[in-house]
Amino acid sequence: MTSHPVPSLPTPSDPSAARSPDVESSPALELAQLRRDYVVRAAAPGSRRRRRQRVRAVDEISLRIERGEAVGFVGANGAGKSTTIKMITGILQPTAGSVRVLGRDPVPERRRLAREIGVVFGQRSQLWWDLPLRDSYRILGAMHRLTDRALAARLDRLVEGLDLAGFLDRPVRQLSLGQRMRGEVAAALLHSPALVVLDEPTIGLDMVSKEGLRRFLREDRAERGTTLFLTTHDMGDVERLCDRIVVVASGQVAYDGALAGFRERLGSPRELVLDLAAPRLEALALPEGARTLAIEAEGIRHRIAFSGAELTVPALLTRIGAQAEVQDLSLTEPAVEDLVRRINAGDRPG
Amino acid sequence: MAEQERPGAASEGSRTGAQDRPVSTARMIATLYGSRLRSQATFRTSFLADVLGQVLIVGTEFLELWVVLSQVGVLGGMTLSQVAVVYGLGALAFGIGDLFFGEIDGLSAQIRSGRLETLLIRPVPLLLQISSLDLSLRRIGRIAVGLGMYVTALAIAGFSPTPALLLLAVLAPFAGALIFGALFTMAGALQFWLVDGREFANAFTYGGNYVATTPGAVFALPMRAFFTFVIPATLIAYAPALALLGLPGPALVPSWAGWVGLPVALLAWTIALILWRAGVRRYTGAGG
Amino acid sequence: MPAHGRIAAAAFRQYSTYRMATAAGIFTNTIFGFIRASIMFAAIGTAGGELGGYTMLQAATYVWLGQALLAPIEAFGTREVSQRVHQGDIAVDLLRPVDLLSLHYAQKLGRAAFLLLARGIPPLVVGALVTGLALPEHPLSYLLGALSLLLAITVAFLADMMVNLAAFWLVETRGLTVVYNATMNLLSGFLIPIVWFPDWLLAIARATPFPSMIQTPIDTLSGRVPPAEALGLIGVQIGWAAVLALAAWAMLRAGTRSLEVQGG
Repeated sequence: MTSHPVPSLPTPSDPSAARSPDVESSPALELAQLRRDYVVRAAAPGSRRRRRQRVRAVDEISLRIERGEAVGFVGANGAGKSTTIKMITGILQPTAGSVRVLGRDPVPERRRLAREIGVVFGQRSQLWWDLPLRDSYRILGAMHRLTDRALAARLDRLVEGLDLAGFLDRPVRQLSLGQRMRGEVAAALLHSPALVVLDEPTIGLDMVSKEGLRRFLREDRAERGTTLFLTTHDMGDVERLCDRIVVVASGQVAYDGALAGFRERLGSPRELVLDLAAPRLEALALPEGARTLAIEAEGIRHRIAFSGAELTVPALLTRIGAQAEVQDLSLTEPAVEDLVRRINAGDRPG
Repeated sequence: MAEQERPGAASEGSRTGAQDRPVSTARMIATLYGSRLRSQATFRTSFLADVLGQVLIVGTEFLELWVVLSQVGVLGGMTLSQVAVVYGLGALAFGIGDLFFGEIDGLSAQIRSGRLETLLIRPVPLLLQISSLDLSLRRIGRIAVGLGMYVTALAIAGFSPTPALLLLAVLAPFAGALIFGALFTMAGALQFWLVDGREFANAFTYGGNYVATTPGAVFALPMRAFFTFVIPATLIAYAPALALLGLPGPALVPSWAGWVGLPVALLAWTIALILWRAGVRRYTGAGG
Repeated sequence: MPAHGRIAAAAFRQYSTYRMATAAGIFTNTIFGFIRASIMFAAIGTAGGELGGYTMLQAATYVWLGQALLAPIEAFGTREVSQRVHQGDIAVDLLRPVDLLSLHYAQKLGRAAFLLLARGIPPLVVGALVTGLALPEHPLSYLLGALSLLLAITVAFLADMMVNLAAFWLVETRGLTVVYNATMNLLSGFLIPIVWFPDWLLAIARATPFPSMIQTPIDTLSGRVPPAEALGLIGVQIGWAAVLALAAWAMLRAGTRSLEVQGG
């Protein structure tokens, strides 16, 4: 068991005083055989007596993330993602194993760590509901002990990058979901954290808002060399933001590797559905990396699978356009759940 | 804000103005509480109704004592004006304590909704955040009535101030508020263990208020002992009122006990903070 | 009516699962009972053993019955309906084939049945052991007491519904709730028996439905008011129940119509 040193009050004047060289050079995230059990009381069907039951949410996860990496942490509901995030942010003590974040032990050093990490909970607001958005940043700036100048400069950058200017003076409760999420991301990035943890940051957003958010997260990472740790159900988030993907299933790491390798391993995850102007029963001639899955509706509808890594949509369309007139098309991104299922099917025979 | 320089210019220059000083602890606390004051001032009409409602509640509570005293003349050895000193001082102390810490006993709702997690990822002590986030200004109604009644009743009851008694009269409401704050914090901390046990804590916070605003001599000895040595409610208003008015106290609550408010508040807060820390540790150990 | 029976049974079962909350409520009710009894004993002791028709034993009975019945009568009100009005969910409720008021009444009865058993009995047991309780002389008092309690629950329910339904016209009902609770707390005879009031305050209290919610069932059950006199008080309760039922129904109708006008 880890001991609990008395958490001293953070020294406001010099946050770097607390940092040892060891802390500076340590990886962003180091999980070793991390385990977390919950004790739940549940009634067996037909019984009124509730029994205590141990449920293992995270089962021996080991993971090392270097500073500056961007990692997508994906998995189905109940796979252990939220529990892992709680252990990383110091909200939850591991049952066994160890977690070090930026060289620190999260639970005993929770408040100190809070100055170096920024967290977005997609389902939970961190903003002050009844105050203008701008006031939330003023309060958070005070909490993080930013200088007036640093706060103003950072806020300028966030307002510009996330396009907050239009609603900065509106109470948070009046904002649309997309506006609010941009505000949430700005709140998490206000103190220029070294590690950014995003828990479902784009849930419920429309395509335009999603893209805006992703673009800024990329920009900010390029400017500051931030480490990004992202959980999501949206493969698009991982594709645009991450260069490494970790898949968890039943509390364990089912896959860990570069995003490119992940795609290769799964073959061709994206699917293009074409409706042609005139029926065509034979398959279209397709470039390398694409293949016809099915021809439906008497030759009108062609389903084509292709790999987003090897082929761009315009290139594919140019090639097809030379052979047939396209009347309508749609593009489907594979859901994370599908990919995870395929990973599992590949790993476990049968 | 538009005139401000970019951060690059600041690091080059040798000027270190107020803009480059990190926010001090005092200013951070002022910012936290100030934000709540402003957000509540924006709903004027409902704010006014809330304040009036509070005044009405305090009024009906005192009416209970008034009705009893109009029948019997003396309650627990005190006349109406003397009882009003106890009631006014108790209401004032409770009002201040409730203003700053009253919402902590709603902690279980925050645990269930997950809001607590968003507070835990900030670099500011949890207790300070909860206290400032939920500061509820409508409670000023109780404070105003309590203060008015305390001052008026002291005058009517024949308070003859010496410098020491005057100091006690000023300090007593704050010592009492600190004791109530500690009681609320303990009540909140208990909810880390008893998530559905909010009402359990009410026995000590609101029950403590009930006892504090009543002449302590009315309670039978075991109860008086409990509400003096375990929950120090009789030391909040009754004991200081005895000392201020020069009245003898009943068994267990002598007149001089009116002077122990601050040390008792210190002790109560020590226990409250230990309990609170243990509660937070339990939360991070057990999960939401 | 079988639907209402099932709703009431479901409410009973639902409340029986809140074990910790129930235990906490019992504890707090009992502590407050001791505090209130202390104040009354001190007053009666000073008055020479009897005050406004209450002896020590009768005062103890009055306090413990009050603590026991507070939870089942639920005079301090609920917020569910007003919240549903504010959130617009009430429109869905109104589409259901079951009348809204009777549906909530069935829930309230189921809830009250559980709270009467779980929260009502313990304070009475504590009271009987510590201070003693005055039992009614006439067996008819139990029967009339049960009837009076049912009517008290009904009157409290209807008044609470009216406060809740005001949400159709008020943006924020908290102020109204606070004012209602403070008035009820005093005039219902929960804090102190209304017969101790000075005449002017007693006249005001008697002109409101509040004594029908708490003072009347306590007096009837404890037998402090003999059965013949209790019949008159029960008549008053029935009168208030009828008036409030009409008023609540009218409010619901007017509120529904204002909803239709807004196209909600």
